[in-house]
Amino acid sequence: MSGRSSAITDEEINELVSKLQSLLPESRRRRSAGRASASKLLKETCSYIKSLHREVEDLSDRLSDLMATMDSNSPQAEIIRSLLRP
Amino acid sequence: MESKSSTTGNRDNPNRNLHGSKTMMASHFLRALFRIQQTSTSSSSAGRSRRIRRAAYASMAYSAGTRRAWSRALLRKLRSRARLRFPRRLSRAATPQRRDMDQAQVLRKLVPGGPSMDDCKLLEETADYIRFLTTQVRLMQTVMDSISS
Repeated sequence: MSGRSSAITDEEINELVSKLQSLLPESRRRRSAGRASASKLLKETCSYIKSLHREVEDLSDRLSDLMATMDSNSPQAEIIRSLLRP
Repeated sequence: MESKSSTTGNRDNPNRNLHGSKTMMASHFLRALFRIQQTSTSSSSAGRSRRIRRAAYASMAYSAGTRRAWSRALLRKLRSRARLRFPRRLSRAATPQRRDMDQAQVLRKLVPGGPSMDDCKLLEETADYIRFLTTQVRLMQTVMDSISS
């Protein structure tokens, strides 16, 4: 951990915690947002980030499989090209 | 992604906006996908998948730029061509789950650049990282839907 001691107020911590909580999808939110559940919130956050990492991996696998069926003249390649055009 | 003005006064911040980041992310990722498709006709699906995954994190990091610690850490990893690894599960053998396990430490391992952040910075960076991650995931889903339709 960095040795920097920041004069952070409780207010700022609570603000950050609720900002973080608002980023979690509904199904992961817990009822109370009090300081007592900060640990739970962090746990949910870790779990959420892990699931996002897994999604990136899963989507990469699926995109890879899809691309195997493409050749440079296929309609799918054309879709990607058209998405790239301004 | 909110483009709140940062109290730490990041130099690059005023010119970044929601639309700009998303556009950069999309165009970077699509260009990478196109290159991968052109150059990996003979490689394995697993190899192609790894390249796509790498491209996903690269487009996240490039669109966030150097204004965030997480993106700077990701860019460093990408440039050193190190394998991109994120811990998936706590090894239960090594660390028996205690009731009061330090979740902040767990979080530090998940967010790029985490180990060198204090608690306050960690929360800020985590929020930003999550925004970019969810945007990237949505982008990939959109590309998938476009290709498979």
